[in-house]
Amino acid sequence: MSADRLYAYVGAVLVALALYAFLVHTHVLRRLLAFNVMGGGTFLILVGLAQDGRGPDPVPQALVLTGIVVAVSATALAIILLRRWFATSQTTSLPEDGSS
Amino acid sequence: MKRRYRHLSAGAVSVALGAALWHVVRVRPTPSVSVASLVADALPASGVSHNVTAVLLNFRSYDTLLEVAVLLAAAVVALALRDEPSARSPAHVMYVALDAFVWRLAPLLVLVAAYLLWAGSTRPGGAFQAGSVLAGAAVLLRLSGLKVTAVDHRLASRGAMTFGLVMFLCVAIGTLLAGQALLEYPAKWAGALILLIEAALTISIGVVLYSLFDNAPQARVSDRESERQRER
Repeated sequence: MSADRLYAYVGAVLVALALYAFLVHTHVLRRLLAFNVMGGGTFLILVGLAQDGRGPDPVPQALVLTGIVVAVSATALAIILLRRWFATSQTTSLPEDGSS
Repeated sequence: MKRRYRHLSAGAVSVALGAALWHVVRVRPTPSVSVASLVADALPASGVSHNVTAVLLNFRSYDTLLEVAVLLAAAVVALALRDEPSARSPAHVMYVALDAFVWRLAPLLVLVAAYLLWAGSTRPGGAFQAGSVLAGAAVLLRLSGLKVTAVDHRLASRGAMTFGLVMFLCVAIGTLLAGQALLEYPAKWAGALILLIEAALTISIGVVLYSLFDNAPQARVSDRESERQRER
């Protein structure tokens, strides 16, 4: 098994772990972190699977680079929203569906 | 009871997804087209000699254009949500060692960013890496209490944020006016145009990332909010 394939396997494990954390935790910051880890896993699968045994593949690399930049800015925006939410509501989790 | 149910169902869903992904990685479907060799064939006409840069700014430059628009949208929302400027109090405390360090490091970081930008055409590097280094330098200055005058200036920072997208759009419209397809650079100008776009993007990405950091609302409850809550 090449190192590239190993990256893809690690990516699959990361996605599964992050999904679990995302579903279980209600703290919004934890959810945001879990979502970021999930994104990282996706990037690993994309790059690792594409260049396994074929050498570097620039198209997924460019895709992932674009994805990283968007993920960074979206995370920053999410943290800003989160801080605003905490300042106004004094809670760190969002209201459950059905409860008021 | 409800909590246990939640953990169990979350675990089941995650294990199922993980197993599915694992299976896909193990089987690894073979693509019918090798995009890597397509890129390698078209590389001489792209104007740059590094294949990832060629994909980002020539073959798939439309993606990059939209990505810059997304960055700008995030920055605009962040600006709309910022605290009032009076609520922020960046009191500058003098630390001799910190100040001396930062003053020497900041120009070096700008130099590194310029190198990364230039290196992008021949080896790993490019606008995003250079922009993040610039943003890192600005964050460092801000955290050490020094003023980033160019970015604190309102009009200048708004201008710098949109500069990359505007430049990109100008090139895109220019290629249309010249009778080419959208963002299809003429072969003679491709290298220069890519460098021009990347330089503009570097500035914009740096300022946008810094402003996302700088405009984050305070984590503590603002005085106005606590007053409002006392009234209730």
